[in-house]
Amino acid sequence: MSGYGIRLSRRRFLQVLAGGAGALVVGIRVADATDAPLPPALLGDNLYDLGAYVRIDASGSVLIGARDPDTGTGVATALPRIIADELDADWNRVGVVPLGLGVENDNGKPRWSYGRQLGGVGGSIPAAWNDLRQVGAVARWLLLQAAARRLGVPANRLRCEAGTVIAPDGRRFGYGSLAADASKIALPDRMPPLKNAADYKLIGQGAGDVDARAIVTGQARYAIDHHYGDALVAVPTHCPWPDGTLARIDTTDTLAVPGVLKVIQLKPEPGQPLGSTVLAPAVVVLAENSWAALQGRAKLKLEWKPGASAGESSAALEQQAVALLAGDTPPTSRVRNDGDVEAAGRKAARRLDATYVQPWLAHATAEPMNCLVRLDKDRASLVVPTQAPQQAWAVVQRLTGLAPDRIDIRVPRVGGGYGRRLDHDFVAEAVLLAKAVNKPVRLLWTRDEDFTHDCYRAGSVHRISATVDRKRQLLSWHQRMASASALNGRGVPADRLWSSELQAGQLPAALVPNYRSDWYALDSAMPRGPMRGMPHLSNAFAVESFIDELAHQMREDPLKTRLRILGEPGQLALGNDGALDTGRLVNVLKLVADRIEWKNWLRSVNGLGIACWHVDGAYVAHAVEAAMQGETLVIQRVVCAVDVGRVINPLGLQGQVAGATLDALSIALNAAITVKDGQVQQHSYRDYPLAGMAQLPNDVEVITVADERAPAGASFLAMPTAAPALANAVFRASAVRVRRLPLMKELLRLL
Amino acid sequence: MAPVQAQVPPTGQESGIVAEKVRDGIELEVNGERFRHTGDPQMPLLWYLRDVLRLTGTKYGGDAGESGADLVLVGAKAVSAITQPLARLAGKAVITVEGLAADDGSLHPLQQAFIDEDAIGCGYCTPGWLIAGVDLLKRKPHPSDDDIDQLPNLCRCGCQSRVRRAIKRAAAGKAGQP
Repeated sequence: MSGYGIRLSRRRFLQVLAGGAGALVVGIRVADATDAPLPPALLGDNLYDLGAYVRIDASGSVLIGARDPDTGTGVATALPRIIADELDADWNRVGVVPLGLGVENDNGKPRWSYGRQLGGVGGSIPAAWNDLRQVGAVARWLLLQAAARRLGVPANRLRCEAGTVIAPDGRRFGYGSLAADASKIALPDRMPPLKNAADYKLIGQGAGDVDARAIVTGQARYAIDHHYGDALVAVPTHCPWPDGTLARIDTTDTLAVPGVLKVIQLKPEPGQPLGSTVLAPAVVVLAENSWAALQGRAKLKLEWKPGASAGESSAALEQQAVALLAGDTPPTSRVRNDGDVEAAGRKAARRLDATYVQPWLAHATAEPMNCLVRLDKDRASLVVPTQAPQQAWAVVQRLTGLAPDRIDIRVPRVGGGYGRRLDHDFVAEAVLLAKAVNKPVRLLWTRDEDFTHDCYRAGSVHRISATVDRKRQLLSWHQRMASASALNGRGVPADRLWSSELQAGQLPAALVPNYRSDWYALDSAMPRGPMRGMPHLSNAFAVESFIDELAHQMREDPLKTRLRILGEPGQLALGNDGALDTGRLVNVLKLVADRIEWKNWLRSVNGLGIACWHVDGAYVAHAVEAAMQGETLVIQRVVCAVDVGRVINPLGLQGQVAGATLDALSIALNAAITVKDGQVQQHSYRDYPLAGMAQLPNDVEVITVADERAPAGASFLAMPTAAPALANAVFRASAVRVRRLPLMKELLRLL
Repeated sequence: MAPVQAQVPPTGQESGIVAEKVRDGIELEVNGERFRHTGDPQMPLLWYLRDVLRLTGTKYGGDAGESGADLVLVGAKAVSAITQPLARLAGKAVITVEGLAADDGSLHPLQQAFIDEDAIGCGYCTPGWLIAGVDLLKRKPHPSDDDIDQLPNLCRCGCQSRVRRAIKRAAAGKAGQP
């Protein structure tokens, strides 16, 4: 216990923040021991200005803050429900507000009012489970004390239900009538106990997206929909080569467009890590409205001069990778080395080698890069579509030099992230422009800029060699991967560059006595960065396709092969990657097999394919049924089973799993970024064709495992296994083994 | 067409009749309200909706409308708003996602069905799906899977299976039901 709240961790405290007008406001503050309690006079009624999560008004309405950006992952629904359940709130009376960035000034350094604020990386719910439940529990405890004092009855004889405290004699008190009293009660010395799982009312029950009504009526406002009255619309054209330069510029026609006010050049700031500054030299047209800016942009006469990267091509990089993996060159990093792969290989009855090639990928977010910024003398106000507001803050702070709490970052619902919005090159652009024109700026990237200036997922080549003994037991597994790391240019030491590309604990690590994984660095000037599903997406495709090939070589049912590799249920330590519970993995595998009627695997005219994987303590399996109708691939059924531990919102989880499945299929079927002469060749959805309705299965059958363990993240869990399950089904349907993505192009080539 | 100025001032009986000056600009109806655009007639409808009328439900998806996020109804047909210069819309009636619900706020059955089926990922492309879906249901009140397959919209969040369910739910008259 300290002077200002219940200690959650060394620096974080739960606190009652006095609200105005008889409201009870409970939040988490991050505090130093030297901090004075926040004077109540400074606290307004506005949730945005408090380190607050819950606010209960005298009217009984409950406002809950959602701290993590919702990029379509459903956290703006799930996180408030975690609080609301512990509070025993009536969900029908709960409103949710996105909190925006919470930052205070700690002697010139930022102090994050809400702790972790990060969306779309699968960590929101696990983190919330650790601290947000306690917010609800404390608020509920205070309301119970207030009711107990009013009734003269011990608090333990009262109970709470849907926003009401109920006395032993049946009298009911709405939370609103207790809020003012509750806000004056001192916090308990110790954390009040959390609910038993049996008492959960909201956790485990499905709830629709809190923003659904606003979205279907067109009222939901994304960052791109925000305006400041006099903001200029800024539309950039970037140099086709990230290391190129502007050789010549003629803005005459551009400046003649009515409404166009200015043309400004931007360059990457030297020494800044990738993602913190402009991605490539740019010429930006600023105008009174979007149409004028776009017309002005179309009329720019620019001559770009290529840099050293002008000779780069994705095809040459691939050849280089294949050659590297075929030779004896030692790897850049030996990621894992169990037993003795060479010695084990000598005792083998069978050996299999296969190489898998996967393309570069773009993020292709629905909402293109944009940012609204207004700089005043002592304040910066921004609306940013970001997954990581604290990183956006760092870029703004560096460029403005403002005190930490003078930077206001709002994060409305975000039109897709997929990792693109962990980088903030576009925020740097907007701030640099606003400084240059001394006016608010609304930055808008066109679709072709989005495709040609991304932090891409690099292409990769995987080569896997494995040996089995006469009893079909895996003796050795040697995986080699070559790729250009997503961590280059981001201040990561050379011996850790592999960590964005593969995991030391990925399947089948810890299941094969002699296991080795090696990573070979490729060099590329194309910007690269985090992407949804990395590094699992590319590795699961290679590994789970290979296991199918192994089964085929052994003339065995691939489900049986997988079950033999996974062995008896048990916990296997994976070092930094946590643990693998083989029982849970086997369970999801069997669930999809049963649902798709795997027993027909051999006889089915259609092809059945299966794959499984584990991601940070969560487990997933896919089974796919596919058929060839001439040259058309028809995906008839897709079943996905996931085990994420406790499910907070089953409806949200089903949506995430179905969505990630379809996203992964869409990417695997069609998507590839190619680089030629140092330039990206894809400019729109026409040449980076996401799958339409017709190409995708009509339905995704989702099975969620009921489990009591603390929840794991699920935002991309269902991505890695979709493509290998499909490729394995395609092999059964067509006898063509696709070892190169995108799948459709390769399948049609091989048919 | 601007009226032709008469060379000679009218005389006699005609002197009391002055032809009404045809007002400048393009007149169009958006969600039942009439507007007059006096700026560049080549401005695409998308930017007029978003920048001028501040109706931001219609989204920018790409410069040729290739993702379907910018679909609106013109007449009763779904068209990409970025491909429609205002000059082409004189006298036309446009319905955007903001205009799908009734004046009293009650939702279109397809909007309700999207909520019922939680057919939403990030939600950015949802307005376009709704317009395309409303258009489809108007043409085919009971669309088949093949009909639904023809929808032009793209969605990276993978909402397609839930959108399909929502369209079928609306077609079956079950929007708003358990």
